[in-house]
Amino acid sequence: MPSKPKVPGLIKGLGVTMSTMFRTLKDGANTVQYPHEKETPPTRARGVIALHEDNCTACMLCSRSCPDWCIYIEGHKQLAPPRRAGGKPRQVNHLDRFDIDYALCMYCGICVDVCPFDALFWSPEYEYSEPRIADLLHDKTKLGEWMETVPEAPELEVGAQKK
Amino acid sequence: MNLMVASLLAVDPLLDTDKWWWKVLAIVAAKVLAIFVIGLIGTMLMVWFERKIVSGMQNRIGPNKAGPFGILQTLADGMKLFFKEDLLPDKADKWVFRVAPFLAFVPAFLLWSVIPLGGDFTDGKDGTVTWFGETTRVQLIDPPVGILIVLALSSIGVYGIMLAGWASGSKYPLLGSVRATAQMISYEAALGLSLGAVLLMSGTLSTSGIVGGQDGIGNWNIVATGFIPFVIFMIAMTAELSRPPFDLVEAEQELVGGFNTEYSSIRFGLFFLAEFMNVITMSAIIVTLFLGGPQPLTLGGVDMLGFAGPFGGTLWVILKTLAFLYTYVWFRATLPRLRYDQLMDFGWKLLIPAALGWFLVLAALQMTRDKYDGLGPVLLAAALGVAVLFVAYLLFNAALVVSKRNREREGVAY
Repeated sequence: MPSKPKVPGLIKGLGVTMSTMFRTLKDGANTVQYPHEKETPPTRARGVIALHEDNCTACMLCSRSCPDWCIYIEGHKQLAPPRRAGGKPRQVNHLDRFDIDYALCMYCGICVDVCPFDALFWSPEYEYSEPRIADLLHDKTKLGEWMETVPEAPELEVGAQKK
Repeated sequence: MNLMVASLLAVDPLLDTDKWWWKVLAIVAAKVLAIFVIGLIGTMLMVWFERKIVSGMQNRIGPNKAGPFGILQTLADGMKLFFKEDLLPDKADKWVFRVAPFLAFVPAFLLWSVIPLGGDFTDGKDGTVTWFGETTRVQLIDPPVGILIVLALSSIGVYGIMLAGWASGSKYPLLGSVRATAQMISYEAALGLSLGAVLLMSGTLSTSGIVGGQDGIGNWNIVATGFIPFVIFMIAMTAELSRPPFDLVEAEQELVGGFNTEYSSIRFGLFFLAEFMNVITMSAIIVTLFLGGPQPLTLGGVDMLGFAGPFGGTLWVILKTLAFLYTYVWFRATLPRLRYDQLMDFGWKLLIPAALGWFLVLAALQMTRDKYDGLGPVLLAAALGVAVLFVAYLLFNAALVVSKRNREREGVAY
């Protein structure tokens, strides 16, 4: 008989389910009843992408690297006061519009990786569903509010500091 | 005339009377109603129980919204099924398609009628009770062919599944029902043979007679028949019920939904109900056959549930049945489904020969016990029986080896 039932394996499995049941009875299930109780996501969870507006130079790198083209950026050039007294006024890009359409976003995180000025961050915030799909297009104010939920960057390893 | 009818029926001391008065009819009607209600409520609770236990074994919560602890979840599901659209496939055989659910559902209900649900069977009492001055049993009928009715009805249940698959006019249900038929016919043989061992010990087919013969734990058939028939009966029963690990009939990964793929609404509900009701009835039957039904488990000569008084028997039936229901749920949560060839090998090459061999040895022992006194002849018969079994095992193995060699020489047949 090639297909002889393996009794020890069966009994071991029965033991596993039985002990799991007693564990559930004793400690309760792992399930989190979401709307009533909330789970704390891990600090590096990819919940939503937040924007630190001051760092953004409207360089369009994120928008161009986005596979879904879900980032909309508009900006204009304007003059900023010189850094040193008596200097020439600087020309900077001013950000007029920075929208992410979360109905399109696939949470790949390429924009966060590609940003050269540390303007985009992952936030563990996950409660931002909307009744209408069009409302998932969030502007820079909303993206800026999420900056508060972004965890502190982990400390650099020894020897990784800038020279 | 009436007396003759009653003796012909001879199913209940209640009916052995000339006075067909309202009291008799009321008691019978009350029993029918009770069994119907117990069946439905029991099924409802069984589905809930199963979902709750399985979720516990998977570290989940399970249904917990409808009613306390989610106990009304099945009721909600049933109501949902009632209000869903009742689809009738174009290619279905309309009439058979409509009848099939009832063929599965009605036998499941009828099985309840022969199960002793209570009464006092201790010390050779016959388990009759007196209600409103009439002597009766705590079971609907007690025909002299009780266990045959069980076998017959469970076979009719197979028709429901088979016809459902066939009448759907669709390939997956058909495959599912072919599997169901093959599986149930294969395992019915092992079931019947292990049942034979019980009947050999009890010497009667009547369910109350079988229960009455199991006074004291040493006389419980699980011990008296030597445990093997119990194990075989249990496995064969799981296969009969097509519950995991023998649920090839409804293997979702292979057959969509099995025989009931084309069914919807309350027709599907009936299949579902029949399936779970069968689990309960079959557990009650195994309790009746092997664990003495309402017979109490005594500790130092005292009934451990003695405080329940006249309800002790019923309480024992419920407790023992619950133990089996739990075991089935436990199996379901643990064991992976068998492959089709494994299923057939297991049934035909292991269960049936084992049941047959054990049955023969038991028959020889019983024969010797009836004819001769003393331990010597019994031991001799046992030794002879084991020797015959060993030779038979060798022959059987040789046959398997030869057939395997032939199969390999001829190549695969498919």
